[in-house]
Amino acid sequence: MHSFNQNINYQDPSAEGYYGDFGGAYIPEMLYSNVETLKTQYIQIMQDPAFQREFHALLKDYVGRPTPLFYAERLSKEIGTQIYLKREDLCHTGAHKINNTIGQILLAQRLGKKKIIAETGAGQHGVATATVCALNGMECVVYMGEKDIERQAPNVARMKMLGATVIPAKSGSKTLKDATNEAIRAWINEPNDTHYIIGSVVGPHPYPDMVARFQSVISDEIRKQLKIKTGSELPTHVVACVGGGSNAAGAFYHFLNEQTVELIAVEAAGHGVYSGMSAATTQLGKPGILHGSKSILMQTEDGQVVEPHSISAGLDYPGIGPLHAFLYESKRGTFTSATDEEALEWAFQLSEMEGIIPALETAHAFAILPKMNFKPTDVVVVCLSGRGDKDLATYMQVMDSKK
Amino acid sequence: MSRLSELFKKQNERVLNVYCTAGFPQHNSTIQVMESLQENGANIIELGMPYSDPLADGEVIQSSGNVAIANGMTIDTLFAQLTLMRNSIHIPVVLMGYMNPILQYGFEAFCKKAKAVGVDGLILPDLPLYEFEHIYGKTVQENQLDFVFLVTPETPEERIRKLDSLSTGFLYAVSSSATTGQDKDFSKVALYLQKLQAMQLKNPVLVGFGIKDKETFDAVCAFSNGAIIGSAYIQALSKGNSVQETTAQFLKAVLK
Repeated sequence: MHSFNQNINYQDPSAEGYYGDFGGAYIPEMLYSNVETLKTQYIQIMQDPAFQREFHALLKDYVGRPTPLFYAERLSKEIGTQIYLKREDLCHTGAHKINNTIGQILLAQRLGKKKIIAETGAGQHGVATATVCALNGMECVVYMGEKDIERQAPNVARMKMLGATVIPAKSGSKTLKDATNEAIRAWINEPNDTHYIIGSVVGPHPYPDMVARFQSVISDEIRKQLKIKTGSELPTHVVACVGGGSNAAGAFYHFLNEQTVELIAVEAAGHGVYSGMSAATTQLGKPGILHGSKSILMQTEDGQVVEPHSISAGLDYPGIGPLHAFLYESKRGTFTSATDEEALEWAFQLSEMEGIIPALETAHAFAILPKMNFKPTDVVVVCLSGRGDKDLATYMQVMDSKK
Repeated sequence: MSRLSELFKKQNERVLNVYCTAGFPQHNSTIQVMESLQENGANIIELGMPYSDPLADGEVIQSSGNVAIANGMTIDTLFAQLTLMRNSIHIPVVLMGYMNPILQYGFEAFCKKAKAVGVDGLILPDLPLYEFEHIYGKTVQENQLDFVFLVTPETPEERIRKLDSLSTGFLYAVSSSATTGQDKDFSKVALYLQKLQAMQLKNPVLVGFGIKDKETFDAVCAFSNGAIIGSAYIQALSKGNSVQETTAQFLKAVLK
């Protein structure tokens, strides 16, 4: 069972960006002025009524929000509880990622930035960034691991069609971690008129808080929609998959300080948590520093970052956002994991049971449902973070192998 | 007085600090590289501790770090190699590295061991000012290690003064906001270095990033106390046959 401390505000980091011991801004001086500008201005800009109006108008008319909260009847029956799906897969571009990119591009414009860079794993954040850059006529460069470019070809094509330049990250494991390194190095080398749109609740302060705030629209809507459907704003459980943790941060955000709501984060166990081919960060990691913040990190005894493994490019990351590290350490969150195989199985289960083909990342969140011993009276919200079009090649392989 | 302070007392211009990666090109070449640098005219050695994710470094230093990690270099191994360093190395030695491997080793244990083997100072580019002041600085000072902060052309004057006041040994002026090993426009660099000179800082200023040969070394020495060469030397080492020969040729060309 999760624990809850009433004296803690789980939503807000300290002035220096710490959630408990996790967070901060461990960046070289070359990034100081860029990050400091963000740090001193993001709250003020985000709270400006004109900004809020523009942000919410775009979320409504361009992204298609609010996204539905759907009662999954057949799935509920199968699991023996009441399951609601928060349909982030219906957002424009097919995942929750665009909530954050809309917010950050409006912020970048107010900071006078001319060019955008981003990293991407599965390509969903890259597509969402390329999309808002096209919408605003801004130059866009996306760094993507060479391995991910191969396994997420449709998203690479979408980014290019949207006018973005995709640069392969060839260092290390050639996945999300390395794409993030390359994007940060590029940001160091770019002049000050470049803004880096980080796609998850990772990176130096204020990124984890800023991204969580933009994504918090997810849980804001869940509360309102659940009130109408059940009479209460509060579910008993919220379930989300976690790589860096942006959809989880958004789905948890307005429940973080609600004692009765259990927050369940599902990491990618790859071939099995202890197989040596896994991305289950909280289970395998130790406190450490990566990409500008102190968090939990998969690493060797000597402090070299370990190359993770997950079938889903979006969860193939050796770290986790500092908010999540704190939720894990303080036991406010329940952290569990699903393997590649379980995720694949549940991608098909959800497709056949509810007529929704989920992204591989999202399928991890569903794979743990049978194991959680939910009661029939429980109200479980699962964040359906993205749709599965980008993973069709993987799904087709599975179908071929079963022939 | 620290070795760095003594050095700058004797020599306040054209001080040459050369960066090398521990465990590169060979696992056991660390001391040999350091001896060659000393013998051929380097005034300070900046010894890099390899890390899998070095954010401030360009491709050349990244790949030397990967080679070193593959060679089995760890902080533990490095300290074992440095135990007898002071039998042959008499010039100041500064360790450069990223926070994560040091945190795993234990920050206090790291500082103690560094001091014990004769290291003079630390350059930790991802240890920010706030965390230095509130958490780590005390341990650095208790172990009588110098600590060198970086400043860039984007660093505001007030912050430069603050970073200078917290630094000892020297101040590391990054020639422009960039990762290591990039080419620079040295006319812009000159303006920035003149500004630093006019500030009359407490510490001597060494300029790094993009310094690769005699021309660039001379260019920045005109407005500073010296310079740091990293990527260009690592590149020479990775091409060259013998460490001794490569180092002699490289430094001769820079210092001629």
